[in-house]
Amino acid sequence: MGKFLKHQIKTWGLTELFKGLSVTGKYFFKKKITVRYPEEKTPISPRFRGHHALRRYENGEERCIACKLCEAVCPANAITIESEERDDGSRRTTQYDIDMFKCIYCGFCEEACPVDAIVETRVFEYAFHERGPHIQTKDKLLAFGDKHEPQIAADRAVDSKYR
Amino acid sequence: MFDALQAFLSTFLFDWLAILITLVIQTVVVVLPIMLVVAWLTYAERKVIGFMQVRMGPNRVGPLGLLQPIADALKLMTKEVIFPDQANKYLFIIAPILALAPAVAAWAVIPFGDGMVVADVNAGLLYILAVTSIIVYGTIVAGWASNSKYAFLGALRGSAQKISYEIAMGFALVTVLMIAGSMNLTDIVNGQQGGMLNWYLLPLLPMFFVYFISGLAETNRTPFDVIEGEAEIVAGFHVDYSGMTFGVFMLAEYAMMILISFMTAIMFLGGWLSPFEGIPVLESLFSWVPQLGWLAFKVSLLLFVFLWLRATFPRYRYDQLMRLGWKVLIPLTILWVFVVGAMKYFSFGPWFN
Amino acid sequence: MTFELFIFYLLATIASVSGLMMITIKDPVKAALWLVLAFIATAGVWITAQAEFLGLVLILVYVGAVMVLFLFVVMMLDINLSIMKEGFTKYLPIGGMVIVLIAAMMYLVLGPNNFGLEVTGNPVIHPADYSNTKAIGLELYTVHAYAFILAAVLLLLGIVAAITLVLRRRPTGEVRHQSIDKQVKTQASERFEMVKMKSESEEPIKPKEEEDK
Repeated sequence: MGKFLKHQIKTWGLTELFKGLSVTGKYFFKKKITVRYPEEKTPISPRFRGHHALRRYENGEERCIACKLCEAVCPANAITIESEERDDGSRRTTQYDIDMFKCIYCGFCEEACPVDAIVETRVFEYAFHERGPHIQTKDKLLAFGDKHEPQIAADRAVDSKYR
Repeated sequence: MFDALQAFLSTFLFDWLAILITLVIQTVVVVLPIMLVVAWLTYAERKVIGFMQVRMGPNRVGPLGLLQPIADALKLMTKEVIFPDQANKYLFIIAPILALAPAVAAWAVIPFGDGMVVADVNAGLLYILAVTSIIVYGTIVAGWASNSKYAFLGALRGSAQKISYEIAMGFALVTVLMIAGSMNLTDIVNGQQGGMLNWYLLPLLPMFFVYFISGLAETNRTPFDVIEGEAEIVAGFHVDYSGMTFGVFMLAEYAMMILISFMTAIMFLGGWLSPFEGIPVLESLFSWVPQLGWLAFKVSLLLFVFLWLRATFPRYRYDQLMRLGWKVLIPLTILWVFVVGAMKYFSFGPWFN
Repeated sequence: MTFELFIFYLLATIASVSGLMMITIKDPVKAALWLVLAFIATAGVWITAQAEFLGLVLILVYVGAVMVLFLFVVMMLDINLSIMKEGFTKYLPIGGMVIVLIAAMMYLVLGPNNFGLEVTGNPVIHPADYSNTKAIGLELYTVHAYAFILAAVLLLLGIVAAITLVLRRRPTGEVRHQSIDKQVKTQASERFEMVKMKSESEEPIKPKEEEDK
């Protein structure tokens, strides 16, 4: 009987409905978590996998030795490498293309690379509006690396403990 | 004011033309602000629901996103209206008009203040009930004319639901009528004079809830929006509508929301009367607030509850919804008709004298 | 022409035309919609004749409820119009006779002998604050109280009869029904139990005795 009465009071008093309303009412005044993107940005991890770049040594020599490990490991077959012996006898790439439409940004190329040549930077704000520019050639990747080298180096330094 | 205008116009025009022009001006004066409120109610809805989901809601167009409704309206107007294959074109176009026209027509008898009403008719309450009952046709015709299963299912659900909840709504209005002794909305508000205790909210508390819940069902707002049910029947009766035809359905829905809020405020919350009537200090402190101000305040509170409910509750299942209407709300209202009758017989409280 | 007269003729034209459309159009759904328009126009005519209560009730009851249910049914019918048109000429004579009969009856009842200003007298023009509703209510609940209650009982009987005629009760077990009352009344405490138990430790599992041997 007591239980029945309690249930009736609960039903006709709409207690559960008011409980639900109080929850949403509380959230109405909470601090909002929206990030207004172009003006505000969320912090980015040093391990962020964005646009690719090819790095150079400090003396200006390109790091890539055309071992083709990245080409082999790439699950999306996005990387195409051609190599040739250079005049000084070292093996270097003549072609290093990344198809940005194919790339899934898994970061395997970066992990496979024995000389830290190919890296993924924290740059993610780029877009391709037509076919053509989406093939990132060796020159473009090297230029991109040169441009962002300080940031790339800093990110690697932070992460070096765990590598 | 409009009488003076009409008298002025009839000095140099035909009588009937003067009346017609005055009527049109009156209509515009009432309908235009309502359409503007509707526009910014959509903004308020997105903002309130956003806030309750710890988001910000629209904030891009204009300061705080305040121009969002204009952007929405422009978008809807420039979009193409697509006619589905084998749809009945005339009915397809008429359906949104059928939905919007009653929602606008009902405003003819709504008083915005003492004497601020287009048509101060005796049977105002009945007029509202009659006009809002026509709104179903918008949904039915839309569902049938679209020649689509989903739209048709939505229309069937909608018509059954609206008829069911109209009965509970009608009975709730009957209790108000019994207590006020008049169907004139101005008289109903004036009957509640003398402070918050004299409002019909207290003796008709269950009816207040019943009316509001039925109002939710009538306007197809969430817990009762099985008519749209985007999970089951995509978007219900307006799946096939695009562009401004869809926009008109939205206008009708929000105009109805505002109408229900106005009716609730007028019938249960003392309309334009100040809540501080009879309280010594506060009454004089708030005496500067115009009648329309109090009414707008109450209405916006109720509208906020509309949005709040939408942000809180999941959709009712159809059979449970029908059970609530027929087995809970209607018996409750019938019971309360007798309770009010008894209250009237014994001259209970400050409401019957 | 006064404004009222203009409105009257407008509404009367709409009512007549939509009534005509309702019986001539073939699609039943469209016919029902024309009927709705006829009702609305008629309600308007009544309101211009100062019978606002009747006009509004006509809209509320017939347009808002009866016709919606009617449409509800008609919409779901899949009517083959060619079959309906079969035998039109066969039934024409009988139909014509019925039409003539009804027209004659209508003339006898509604003709100028019974209606007209010299028979009914000039209509009383009431002041603006005259409440039509109150007059009807007083009449209904005093003079015609018994007839009114009788009519109400008859209508209730109609509802009950209609429901009992079509209600098909099938034995439990043959069909499974959901009991919504039960579903709604369910409480969390009935459905699941909170069991308190110690947290599992991460000690290695002792080998079984068989393996010890």
